[in-house]
Amino acid sequence: MKLKYFAWVRERVGKAEETVEPPAEVRTVADLIGWLTARDDAYAYAFEKPTVIRAAIDHAHVKQDAAILGAREIAFFPPMTGG
Amino acid sequence: MAVAATIRIQEADFDVAQEIAALGKGRTDVGAVVSFSGICRGSEQGEPIAALTLEHYPEMAEAEIGRHADEALARWPLQGLTVIHRFGRIAPGENIVLVVTASAHRQAAFEAAEFLMDYLKTNAPFWKREESARGTNWIEARDHDDAAAARWTKS
Repeated sequence: MKLKYFAWVRERVGKAEETVEPPAEVRTVADLIGWLTARDDAYAYAFEKPTVIRAAIDHAHVKQDAAILGAREIAFFPPMTGG
Repeated sequence: MAVAATIRIQEADFDVAQEIAALGKGRTDVGAVVSFSGICRGSEQGEPIAALTLEHYPEMAEAEIGRHADEALARWPLQGLTVIHRFGRIAPGENIVLVVTASAHRQAAFEAAEFLMDYLKTNAPFWKREESARGTNWIEARDHDDAAAARWTKS
């Protein structure tokens, strides 16, 4: 699946997007955040306050308990400040 | 007749008067047009800023604004709806966002415009970064914007 990062999450991770293949036990958005956090310090820094992080699956907002099975694109970003 | 919303996400500026005129042009069933323009302020938290830069998630911005435009069209009897949101670097005094709603009567036009702006603030995937003498900083989301959006949720 493709992962995308925006705003300060993108800056902290150090890239705008990447393709990953998490293991089967990574079932939800929260699991994915935990799996990424364990990979290296950049992700740990980006996700240091997981409750602040917003997520979208295939261009729609989701909660962190959402299942990621079948997702093509998952995005992580801070609360939005448009308008 | 089904009303289609006009949604544009663009780097270029827009002409507010032209967008308002376009919604009423050539028709006599529109009795009320409401427009909201969001404009870049020259200061943030009392500190002068040089510009804002808006980052966005293009595919999701289009999908998300489209979903809320459809919801507005379903909830209020609108005859026209335009949403324009800019991205990129925007200087103080320049336009950021525009919502225009047209209806037979004012209440639907006012309410739909306010609903859309409240949702754009909290749900449209745009992030503002300010440039000032102190450097650049991401602007933090405000709790009162979440509260404003929440009041439109039916209980």
